[in-house]
Amino acid sequence: MKCTAFILILLAAALSISCSRQPKTFVLVLKPIAHGAAIVESSGGKQSAEVGTPLGQPVVVQVNDEQGNAVPGALVIMHGPNGVVFDPVASLTDSTGQSTINVSLGTIPGRYQLTASTATKTGKTAELKIEEIALGYQEMVGSQLNDQYCARCHNQESTPERVSNYDNLEVKPHPFTEGDTLNKMSDPDLAAIISHGGPALNKSPLMPPYGYTLSKSEIQALVAYIRMVSDPPYGAPGIVYAQQ
Amino acid sequence: MRPPDILETLRQKVFGDTVRTFGWISLLLLILLAIAPAKNFFADWHRYQRGYERLISKRSDAVTLRRHFEPGIQQIWLPEMGVVDRCTTCHTALKETTLMDVTKQPYRHHPDVPHKAEEFGCSICHRGQGTATTVEEAHQSTLAWEEPLLPAKYLESSCGQCHQQDLTGTPQLNLGRKMLAQYGCVHCHAVKRPDGTLITATDDPPSLAHIGVKTTREWIYAWLKDPQAYSTTATMPNFKLKDEDARDISAFLISSSTPAPLKLVQTSLDEAKKVKDDATLQTKAASLYGESFCASCHAVQNAAGNLVGGNIGPELTKVGSKVKLEWLQAWLRNPHDYDPPTGMPHYRFSEPEVGLLTGFLMGKSDSDLLANVHLDAATPEQIEHGKRLANDYGCASCHEINGIKRPENFAPELTKIGSKPVNQLAFAPGVPPTLHDYINAKIRQPRAFGPGLKMPQYTFTTTQVDALVNALLSHNERALTMPTAKTVAALPVSHYEPAGKAGQLINDLNCFECHTINGRGGDMAPDLTWEGSSVQREWLVQFFRNPNTLRPALIRRMPKFNLTDAEINTLTDYIMTVYQSPKIDRDSLPASGYSPGQVDLGKQLYYSKYGCQACHIIDTKQDKGYIGPTLTHVGSRLTAAWIYNWLKDPQALRSGTQEPKRNLSDDEALALTAFLMNQKGRESQEAKKR
Repeated sequence: MKCTAFILILLAAALSISCSRQPKTFVLVLKPIAHGAAIVESSGGKQSAEVGTPLGQPVVVQVNDEQGNAVPGALVIMHGPNGVVFDPVASLTDSTGQSTINVSLGTIPGRYQLTASTATKTGKTAELKIEEIALGYQEMVGSQLNDQYCARCHNQESTPERVSNYDNLEVKPHPFTEGDTLNKMSDPDLAAIISHGGPALNKSPLMPPYGYTLSKSEIQALVAYIRMVSDPPYGAPGIVYAQQ
Repeated sequence: MRPPDILETLRQKVFGDTVRTFGWISLLLLILLAIAPAKNFFADWHRYQRGYERLISKRSDAVTLRRHFEPGIQQIWLPEMGVVDRCTTCHTALKETTLMDVTKQPYRHHPDVPHKAEEFGCSICHRGQGTATTVEEAHQSTLAWEEPLLPAKYLESSCGQCHQQDLTGTPQLNLGRKMLAQYGCVHCHAVKRPDGTLITATDDPPSLAHIGVKTTREWIYAWLKDPQAYSTTATMPNFKLKDEDARDISAFLISSSTPAPLKLVQTSLDEAKKVKDDATLQTKAASLYGESFCASCHAVQNAAGNLVGGNIGPELTKVGSKVKLEWLQAWLRNPHDYDPPTGMPHYRFSEPEVGLLTGFLMGKSDSDLLANVHLDAATPEQIEHGKRLANDYGCASCHEINGIKRPENFAPELTKIGSKPVNQLAFAPGVPPTLHDYINAKIRQPRAFGPGLKMPQYTFTTTQVDALVNALLSHNERALTMPTAKTVAALPVSHYEPAGKAGQLINDLNCFECHTINGRGGDMAPDLTWEGSSVQREWLVQFFRNPNTLRPALIRRMPKFNLTDAEINTLTDYIMTVYQSPKIDRDSLPASGYSPGQVDLGKQLYYSKYGCQACHIIDTKQDKGYIGPTLTHVGSRLTAAWIYNWLKDPQALRSGTQEPKRNLSDDEALALTAFLMNQKGRESQEAKKR
């Protein structure tokens, strides 16, 4: 009998040791003061940042009631794929009905779908999907080159510091987010246009050739970047084929 | 049964006779022998390799993948760099491009980076323990090993171990290094590059030797308490001073200040005082502020709260609450009188202009800033205490202060901070025990590490802090011991000084703040190293008289310095003779006399084949592109030789320029040159007709 008791005690001790090794997690419980009916994005969607680094701008979401008025004090909870860090994960909306969340994306390059949710009066949850892009090394180099060489014409957005040339061009360049057009072009086609200019594919000569200025790997990096930011997302032909 | 009885029966059962004893001992031996293979079989890496085989067996290219796969412990051994990395034992698919869709570790494909694992190993970039064969020992900080894997956001620091120059692929590291020099870190902390050169500061903290002439004790007090309250972009950090400490330091600074010779012109002072209440004068002053392109360097907060303007000089939103009227008018007349090494150019303003601008700037004030600052006259004890505090906080590391010597090695040297052993660090509560978390926390909240610490509080964003951590982690033992064949040295710092009378003028106008010449200077305006090969003399003279912008889309522009004809001649002569490219002969191509056929061919190439109108304007009615400079007058601005060489290879003349090289044939380049040299502007063409 004593033996069994001794073994039992030993087992219990072992069990408690193995349990205590698990990290303790504290869950901070916030109590909502109010409930909204819907959650909408104010700003911060569709950004891109290097893998593992914080997004340049925080994600701002707003909770509204049935009439579309902002609701202060509603609880907003963020979810995301593995590796995404939210600061804070759960928050109450401020006096303007908004919640500001700093987001760091995970270590795998690609698109991240984040979800912001809030509990409604009826006990259901209202959800909002936000998409962000994590750039791997190649895409990040591509984004730098895009800033230096491409964005002045291909990006329609104009700021006083950096005026866009888009509106001045007779033949409009394709913004790199324009997935409907760019996704139909193969990687070698994109690389050819970048290297040899528009005329290489019977397109406008307003697109100059960059093949003598950029290296092969830089052009590949640009293609990788263009693929990463395209909307709708680009699916590599091989994988699409395999799924069918 | 009592315990001794149990033991007795057990002994008889096991060792009852020789055969039994032999049997049991053999069994024990067998079990002991099985331990080693069993441990091997259950090892982490074995499990992962079996997992990998299962993973690839279901794929269509399983045969190829299996052929690439080598079972057993793998190792990359690079003795000259001290690398023994067994990471590839578990990370089996690093080179398999067909496994791009696999996101499960340790089977992820390694992204394309410029270096091969066979040449550099893994731990040079990722840190961690290369020789380990268990997951925990390889990745985490354990008792025997305190160098955990670097998080993804700090990986760029590893590039900085060998590359001392900026790289396209390391924006974080580039930013961090720039900040080290820009935010005064290296004024207190010495940081040496692996080649032994010190990182030099690029900021220019003002001398406080004559501070009493420039500003009031009340402003100094408010500034010391919270520099960012005066200007959100201030680089001076917050020392979190107590009220009485700020009071005493301000008392000491005012008492140690010596008079500076300020030229006072009564008419300008009177004019300045009038601006405040005169709307027409204010409009006039505002347009002078705009025409002088003060906003190219100085920012002002607009009504919406956004900063508009450059960041080379200090923000001017509340400058009227800071400086004294007498000082400001003298400063605007010639800033070098007060502070010889200042970056502010010597505008040759007329006296009425000085008065107007002084009045206009004095109006930019904030009555709230000093509303609650009431200081009694300082006592000698307070001044003495202020001096002690200024010594303690190392104020003289950045600023010149009368009566205090610049301290040597005021703060710890950071040359090896990136490999500092964790057991030598004192962590603040709540900071994870890793080096990168320590550095991060130390920059974010330096005063949380204990009472009495002197490091001030900076206001950095998360991205800025991460960038600084990247830069600091790159300064480590490994960087110092890296074989020189593997390293890329930093660009040497240029100490170029232009000579003679023109050199004095160039320094008086502070051309280097915006333009680079021979490797020295800023990057806001074009590099002028080869300006003499590039432009025609007559154009340059006109440009100095009236600097019209060449790029309509730019808001930062060259100011008009009101130079005299003699000054313009001196500068132009110097530029035309000294700033010549050895590869371009100015006179190799004529300025005019091209055949109409050549010009026509050039026009066709310009508009049809090469689509130059996408970025440049020649015909103002039809062309719209404004990325490149306007070319309406290019024939009277540039030399033909420069145009020809530029068209052949723009990057060779100005690296990083947006215009791509097009591999033009000699004939095409010549035809385009002919067409462009024909663009002399409408006025000169009309003059020709007459």
